[in-house]
Amino acid sequence: MKPALFDYVRPESLSDALALLRDDEGATVIAGGQSLLPMLNLRVTAAEKLVDISRLHALQGTNDDGTTVSVGALVTHAAIEDGLHREAFNGLLQRVAAKIAYRAVRNMGTLGGSLSLCDPSADWPACLLALDASVIAASADDGEREIAMEEFLVDAYTTALESGELLTRVVIPRRPMARWGVSKVTRKSGAFADSLAIAVLGDGDLPTRVALTGIASCARLLIRTSGILDEDREATAATLAEAIREDIVEVHEDVTPYQLRCHHHTVSTAITEAQSWSK
Amino acid sequence: MVEVTLTINGEEETVVIDARDSLSDLLREKLNLTGTHVGCDHGACGACTVHLDGTPVRSCIVLAARCECSDILTIEGTRNDAITDVVRRHFHDKHALQCGFCTPGMLMMAVDIIRRYRVPSEEQVRAELSGQICRCTGYMGIVNAIVAAADELDGQRATA
Repeated sequence: MKPALFDYVRPESLSDALALLRDDEGATVIAGGQSLLPMLNLRVTAAEKLVDISRLHALQGTNDDGTTVSVGALVTHAAIEDGLHREAFNGLLQRVAAKIAYRAVRNMGTLGGSLSLCDPSADWPACLLALDASVIAASADDGEREIAMEEFLVDAYTTALESGELLTRVVIPRRPMARWGVSKVTRKSGAFADSLAIAVLGDGDLPTRVALTGIASCARLLIRTSGILDEDREATAATLAEAIREDIVEVHEDVTPYQLRCHHHTVSTAITEAQSWSK
Repeated sequence: MVEVTLTINGEEETVVIDARDSLSDLLREKLNLTGTHVGCDHGACGACTVHLDGTPVRSCIVLAARCECSDILTIEGTRNDAITDVVRRHFHDKHALQCGFCTPGMLMMAVDIIRRYRVPSEEQVRAELSGQICRCTGYMGIVNAIVAAADELDGQRATA
């Protein structure tokens, strides 16, 4: 199998990369390529020109300023699996990273690449939505802008990135005491999720955020479910179950009975796991 | 056409390739290193696993052009490697291969598993191997071989 012909450029700096993206609307960015290359090989997508950003140092670093952690777009799943900024999120990022595909894929695949592709079953969009993260997008002429995850994730394979923009880093509020839960259903280990729910319970002024993916569009917050967990501590299991069901039906258009059960299972399991952490 | 210079099994090579060539294309078709097997060509089977700058990757979904200045280790480069030799011997002893198609990828992955876990449990080996497909279903033997090789290598370290 071979992809159709394309041109290949590897800019030496971020500004060169941004200029290339500004000047050529048909250009496709490649980072780790672990989703893009299979898609090109299978010819489910095509590219005229690949702009390889995988060597750009400006996108590789991370920084913890005590309030937020900034993670460069090129940080790999494997680096996070191996414990990068583990404490800042009480192990949540590490847990999510370790279950993405397989180690040989995690060694190449990047955080920014996963977000920019916005696969409807990908792990990072749901995780970062639950953590209330945002992304920084840069362009040649307009500098940088920050986009909250809710606005960034638009639909399946669709983000708020505009033509000429590049996702350069992700900014995540630190949650060293986070009580979280993750539940994922896959047909085989390492496959994309049929359903993935990530719950991060509220703490002080921070609200609970339960995110679900594996749905028709892209990762979405479950508003009723998150609200009940914060506002109604005495809510019965039946009330919570009804809120979960209403949320699923709202975010997953044409949900099948299997999908509904599957999502219900992951959401409930993630919440139970999150609640099992001692306060 | 793109010219790439990279190190393969300790030797510097300069190769002219198509931009769309994968690392597995470069290895097999330009350098005749056919020990790297290509099963699925879209990153699903793990047969083509090689080490890129010290970590395992799937060479069928890595662009050859991005490997400029990289250090690649293929199964051919492990011929006299002390650790791989131990793993290889245990693969033989435990009947960890039948047709042998997946074996180069299995060995490249096994060495990385032992490097990261030192003495992995059977459960850890199984989880880590989930991306390597063997269609002769030799998993029992493969898992046993990696666990046994890790134990032997750990014993060597203890007595060293």
